[in-house]
Amino acid sequence: MDNNATTKVADEVIEEMTPYLGELYGNPSSMHSFGGQVSSKLRQARQSVAALLGCESDEIVFTSCGTESDNTAIRGVLATNPDKGRIITTRVEHPAVLGPCRELEHHGYTIVEIGVDKQGRLDIEQLRDRIDEDTAIVSVMYANNETGVIFPIEQIAAIVKSKGVTFHTDAVQAVGKIPLNMAKSNIDLLSISGHKLHAPKGVGVLYVRRGTRLAPFMLGGHQESGKRGGTENVPGIIALGKACELAGKKIEEENMRVKQLRDRLQEAILASCPDCMVNGDQQHRLPNTLNVSFEYIEGEAILLLLNKFGICASSGSACTSGSLEPSHVLRAMGVPFTAAHGSIRFSLSRYNTEAEVDFVAEKMPEIVQKLRDLSPFIKA
Amino acid sequence: MWDYTDKVMDYFFKPRNVGYIDDADGVGEVGSLACGDALTLTFKLDDNGRIEEAKFKTFGCASAIASSSVLTEMIKGMTLEEAGKVSNQDIVRELGGLPEQKMHCSVMGHDALKAAIANYRSKGERSPGKTGRVVCTCFGVTDEEIKEVIRSNSLTTVEQVTNYCKAGGGCGGCHGQIQTLIDQIHSTKESTEHITESPKPVRLTNIKKIELIKQTINEQIRPALRADGGDIELIDVEGNKVIVAFRGMCAQCRLAEFTMKEVVEARLREFVSEELFVEEDKDSARQPHNHRTV
Repeated sequence: MDNNATTKVADEVIEEMTPYLGELYGNPSSMHSFGGQVSSKLRQARQSVAALLGCESDEIVFTSCGTESDNTAIRGVLATNPDKGRIITTRVEHPAVLGPCRELEHHGYTIVEIGVDKQGRLDIEQLRDRIDEDTAIVSVMYANNETGVIFPIEQIAAIVKSKGVTFHTDAVQAVGKIPLNMAKSNIDLLSISGHKLHAPKGVGVLYVRRGTRLAPFMLGGHQESGKRGGTENVPGIIALGKACELAGKKIEEENMRVKQLRDRLQEAILASCPDCMVNGDQQHRLPNTLNVSFEYIEGEAILLLLNKFGICASSGSACTSGSLEPSHVLRAMGVPFTAAHGSIRFSLSRYNTEAEVDFVAEKMPEIVQKLRDLSPFIKA
Repeated sequence: MWDYTDKVMDYFFKPRNVGYIDDADGVGEVGSLACGDALTLTFKLDDNGRIEEAKFKTFGCASAIASSSVLTEMIKGMTLEEAGKVSNQDIVRELGGLPEQKMHCSVMGHDALKAAIANYRSKGERSPGKTGRVVCTCFGVTDEEIKEVIRSNSLTTVEQVTNYCKAGGGCGGCHGQIQTLIDQIHSTKESTEHITESPKPVRLTNIKKIELIKQTINEQIRPALRADGGDIELIDVEGNKVIVAFRGMCAQCRLAEFTMKEVVEARLREFVSEELFVEEDKDSARQPHNHRTV
């Protein structure tokens, strides 16, 4: 129930990549056929990723993770626009985007963070107003990792394009859950992380639209057409290719069966636990994500009690992260601190079953009751 | 995942002495919902002045619940004088250790006990509240409280202070003041060569001034405003007049004028030049900022 954190590597994916961890260890850059067979397999993987995104193979750049893709996009665009000093993003981005932006702020860049409303919906008009001739890049996530709220990315991309600015989206949570078609899109750059869609950790993708000016982030060899130096993570890339092929086939299931399971869990929890509420816009939400706040109790304590039953979830509470403030996403939405500390995210995958959902729904009320019995804010 | 000891987990899964003593001799309430943890501790004395019964109610994480519970066990049978000597270190020891970032849970237990004893001694009057000057506005921690954790736990860094009493764990605007308190207590060196010293140069050229203003807004002012959902933009500098525009929540905030003087101008004067004054950009001020949709 914590698939927005990471996912199970699909059996088919493991099978596909295993030979390339073993006997087929060649370097795809080599001039002999031992390396050459690896190179042709990489080409195939690149085509599979391109097929899922509806783009051309040469628009795919393999990286080591989603964070590297985000860093490459932002820094790569700034490097080709030395006369511009403004980056526009949102208050609810993943740290992979906010981190580099805040660092760039110390180097003289102006970072504009667009806010969201109580449902976690982006203020599009504000975004439009804040793009000016000094703006080098606009980076807005496709879907939020904590609440699952999906932003109107195509609408935003069209606005950004009309102003002549480069547009990047961190689509780490969206790919494989929402159908994408880059051929009919105005997105210039898009980040993917392998381990969020049933490939292993250590591989990511940056989609780079043809004609987008981007300086490489990792300098070194000629790999990835000079856009990313460093010998390719061959087994990882082959795995991601297979995972994308599977994702394309399963996307219907994701939106039907997984969504039904999520809705079933939501209904059961809301019905059986008093004083709880769903965070985020329920109309525009990833099919697998449920973020719910339990008032008067604290998230880490809930997680540890869930863990005792073998249930994995995550929380926006301050205590789980080691920081002292609760989730920046929930705070940006204006969720009261009281509810943010008790927020729990359930994120499902196609490997979850109805029995698992029912088990969580059964255990949740007793966990909530146990902690509320301890809470000084509930008078007996 | 946190590396909790078996004892912490045991006290979390099976907390002892949960509840509220209605006819308690002493009541201590610390923390709040907003801060992420809160504890109400009550005790009752026997005829010999020893703690006969102690109960707690805690909102918080596993280590907060375990710290509170183990404390109620520890103080049973003690006189108030003995209980008054129980430190947060004793709680940590009893639990077999706590992760560094969770030390504030033991401090909260200690604070609640202190408050409950004070409540008894003042014959049921509510504890007089916090003493000292608030240093960390995010978590409402005073200089007296910070000094006490520094002294009783021999803390030497700002990060440790944050771990022990949360001060400095929000916007980070008070890190300089916390460092000064640490320096005062250890007074090993004069705090003159500290990095948080304002970078005021002797002679200020226009270029240097604008750079410093930008740096101060980026590092000192914006993080504090952002913590409340706001933002600020530097529009222009004309002589000593700094023209800025508020964005986000700040633009709609009725306290904007106060923020302008008390936060923006004060920080710029502290870090750049005493002669600076701040004005809000007229054009931006006239723009409608009312984007909030409910």
